[in-house]
Amino acid sequence: MGTVKNSELEKEHLVHHDHVHDHDDHEESFVSKYLFSMDHKMISRQFLITAIVMAVIAMGMSIIFRMQLAWPGEHFGFINAMLGDKWGKDGVLDPNMYLALVTIHGTIMVFFVLTGGLSGTFANLLIPYQVGARDMASGFLNMLSFWFFFVSAAIMTASLFINDGPASAGWTIYPPLSALPEAIPGSKLGMTLWLVSMTLFVVSSLLGGINYIVTVLNLRTKGMKMTRMPLTVWAFLITAILGVLSFPVLVSCVVLLICDRSLGTSFYLSDIYIGGRPLDNVGGSPVLFEHLFWFLGHPEVYIVLLPALGITSEVIATSSRKPIFGYRAMIGSMLAIGFLSFIVWGHHMFMTGMNPFLGSVFVFTTLLIAIPSAVKAFNYITTMWKGNIQFTPAMLFSIGLVSSFITGGVTGIILADSTLDINVHDTYFVVAHFHIVMGLSAIFGMFAGVYHWFPKMFLRMMNKKLGFIHFWITLTMAYGVFFPMHFLGLAGVPRRYYTNSNFPMFDNLVDINEIVTICAIIGALGQGVFLFNFFYSIFRGEKAPQNPWNSNTLEWTTPMAHIHGNWPGSLPVVHRWAYDYSKPGKEKDFVPQTVPLEEGEHDGESH
Amino acid sequence: MNFLVLLAIVLLIIAGHQLLRVIELSRGLKKTKEWQVSETDNNMMGKAMFLFMILFFAFFFWQVNRWMDRSLPPAASIHGQKIDDLWDANIYLITFVFLVTNFFLFWFAYKYRGTSKAKAVFLTHNNKLEMAWTIIPAVALAFIVIFGLKYWNEIMTEANDPKRVVIELYAKQFDWTARYAGKDGKLGESEYRQISGSNPVGMDTSDVLGYDDILVKNEFHIPVGREIELKMRSRDVIHSAYLPHFRAQMNCVPGMITTFKFVPNKTTAEMKKDPYVVKMMAGINAQRAKFNKEPVEFDYLLLCNKICGASHYNMQMNVIVDTEADYKAWIDKQKVFKTAVAAN
Repeated sequence: MGTVKNSELEKEHLVHHDHVHDHDDHEESFVSKYLFSMDHKMISRQFLITAIVMAVIAMGMSIIFRMQLAWPGEHFGFINAMLGDKWGKDGVLDPNMYLALVTIHGTIMVFFVLTGGLSGTFANLLIPYQVGARDMASGFLNMLSFWFFFVSAAIMTASLFINDGPASAGWTIYPPLSALPEAIPGSKLGMTLWLVSMTLFVVSSLLGGINYIVTVLNLRTKGMKMTRMPLTVWAFLITAILGVLSFPVLVSCVVLLICDRSLGTSFYLSDIYIGGRPLDNVGGSPVLFEHLFWFLGHPEVYIVLLPALGITSEVIATSSRKPIFGYRAMIGSMLAIGFLSFIVWGHHMFMTGMNPFLGSVFVFTTLLIAIPSAVKAFNYITTMWKGNIQFTPAMLFSIGLVSSFITGGVTGIILADSTLDINVHDTYFVVAHFHIVMGLSAIFGMFAGVYHWFPKMFLRMMNKKLGFIHFWITLTMAYGVFFPMHFLGLAGVPRRYYTNSNFPMFDNLVDINEIVTICAIIGALGQGVFLFNFFYSIFRGEKAPQNPWNSNTLEWTTPMAHIHGNWPGSLPVVHRWAYDYSKPGKEKDFVPQTVPLEEGEHDGESH
Repeated sequence: MNFLVLLAIVLLIIAGHQLLRVIELSRGLKKTKEWQVSETDNNMMGKAMFLFMILFFAFFFWQVNRWMDRSLPPAASIHGQKIDDLWDANIYLITFVFLVTNFFLFWFAYKYRGTSKAKAVFLTHNNKLEMAWTIIPAVALAFIVIFGLKYWNEIMTEANDPKRVVIELYAKQFDWTARYAGKDGKLGESEYRQISGSNPVGMDTSDVLGYDDILVKNEFHIPVGREIELKMRSRDVIHSAYLPHFRAQMNCVPGMITTFKFVPNKTTAEMKKDPYVVKMMAGINAQRAKFNKEPVEFDYLLLCNKICGASHYNMQMNVIVDTEADYKAWIDKQKVFKTAVAAN
């Protein structure tokens, strides 16, 4: 059915194409080309650049609070210059602002960079290109998706400049802290803006997600069977399904919180005495909020990670000049991870007073998810075995991803075990764990994607040597930041403490905190190399050839120009899977998907 | 100052830009493109990967060697010792996996670095291999789940020792109050609307069970070897009662009573003499001396471990584990709540 629809669209397109053939490029105004564009390639770039701006803001925040943690009470001109006299008087960070920075850092990184930025950029760019479609199923919804994202990001950024400061109840915004303005200044206007921003974000995510699903299911070109799709597309498809099923729950969670905050309801509030008076709310439960939040929150972890894994699959196969090892197992693993991610959320709540029996169920399901994750890691490593590895910057970051996926993954086994979680719950051990999987793995996947598909996005090449420098600074410093945090966790240091100096038992950890902060500062400065390379190459990079990495997938068959409809003539026809690298008996070490099978030649894994 | 920094950044960008232009112009004379990965690049990066692995593992062992003895002292409770054993078993397992898989990753990166002559092997899948690395983790995880849940159920069963000490930990922004059940072993009911200056934890003044309850602040005492049943409440936002030395933690949720039970098995005095703790405190005091702070002695602590507002980082209470006799002497000296109200 999919191919029928597609060929109808194709006819329509050809008619349209003939009609306006010569005007296509001239008629577009600045507004329709750069702002309200409905072209997936432009929308993808819009997402990427917005995400980069947000990432720089969030990274800057982390430097400010890391300085406070390593040298509490010291006076820094930098902090005063960034935050002014109100929040950084004499260069010392205000405790409420500390919490606000931690909160917004997490929010931006999780949602705006790793969800909107990662899926928005690469699903938009690659789904139509790699399945052989003219564009997304609905260009209009796609455009709306970006602009909701943009407005949402703008509101979140604007909340940094209001009088009481931005939301500061942690990125998980557990009520009652987030519900009661008396509890913390960030729960005044700042939290309202946070909630509005997140609601718009979910709208953006849903519009995008539905589009991705429909495009993958219906607009595949002739011959592009599901089992021939590159793993990137599989990853984006599963990610989009997770998003569509889980993000609406966040909206309901947020709406109930808005009701509690503004309309006097008691969904999450009960028996509270604050600001010198008892509140009328009775019967609600903050644990309800936690369930709703984590019902999104845990699939969200995989919404962040799966696209990065998809990108890595593609880059590792291409750069090792080998088929991805266990293509079907990789798809199966992603499906298993996607399914299981919906029934593990309670492992965030072992210590919340949730029924301990319920906790045991979540221990079981959570540890199950380690199996497909392990399969994926082993398959990546085996893909490199006996390869002919080409160390492009994208490949370096992909290897970095696999390393951090293992390093951060194994500590997940500890945290999923409720018995062991008792003592490290909410400590720096957790901070180390999720930063190594999200802050390293997912971000490395994003970098790999940028370096690999930059030529398709901007038609120019990024500088390789700067890429090498960027990778080595990032990998070493990122491990330097997050590995020592395990040891802080083992010493029992709780997360979100403004300073550890009020507890003598933490006094011997000063040097660990200093190492972490110094690595964070060097690592952050190292990102300057990337930013420079990125923006410089957009305008001055070398012109990209048609297929710089000798890759098999369809996007490299499009001309090196951004044309409406992606392919100038008819759509390409697919004859094989995407991983025929170094296939015996072939002249070159790659066979694009558009090359017909020879007589008696097997396709895909079947041998 | 800020202007100078900005100026420096701008100059750096311009310098980088110029440098790249020079490199590109000189490249124009050569045949290969800058972005193409040469055999030299592959050779260098492949070796760098291997070198990184060595440094990475060295960094790991350096940290273990240098920082491991700064972790929390061995557990001071009966269930905590079981958690510690389970922890060790799991940590050895994951450390092994971490080292082995990272080794293969970086070793392959080094060994199979590309050359112009080499050709990759066309290998799409291998069912036996894939079965093996599905089943082996599954079996290992089964053991982890079985032992984890066995201990979890033991730890989480309701307190039922008739001689147990029942203590309520009452959290509010930003301090703790401990309420002892008194001679009847039962806590009086609470009612948040009755909270006032003289009734800080909102005890229901009509409930006679509460008349012998005892309220203490700043530090609370517990007897060694007896079951302690903690009941957690909160006045305002979510807090978390974290007693790291006993491997105990539970959130304090407004509108709910949560519980955690444990049996402390080392008194504060014993713990102060424990060789691990002696060494640890020496390290802490050496560090404090550098900052001109007075030396401290070991104490068990209750911390808040759930973000609760501006002073979250300073919500603490000392815990003293006494011998039975010392505990009795201490508790007898404490004022009963009813008396405390009357005194006001």
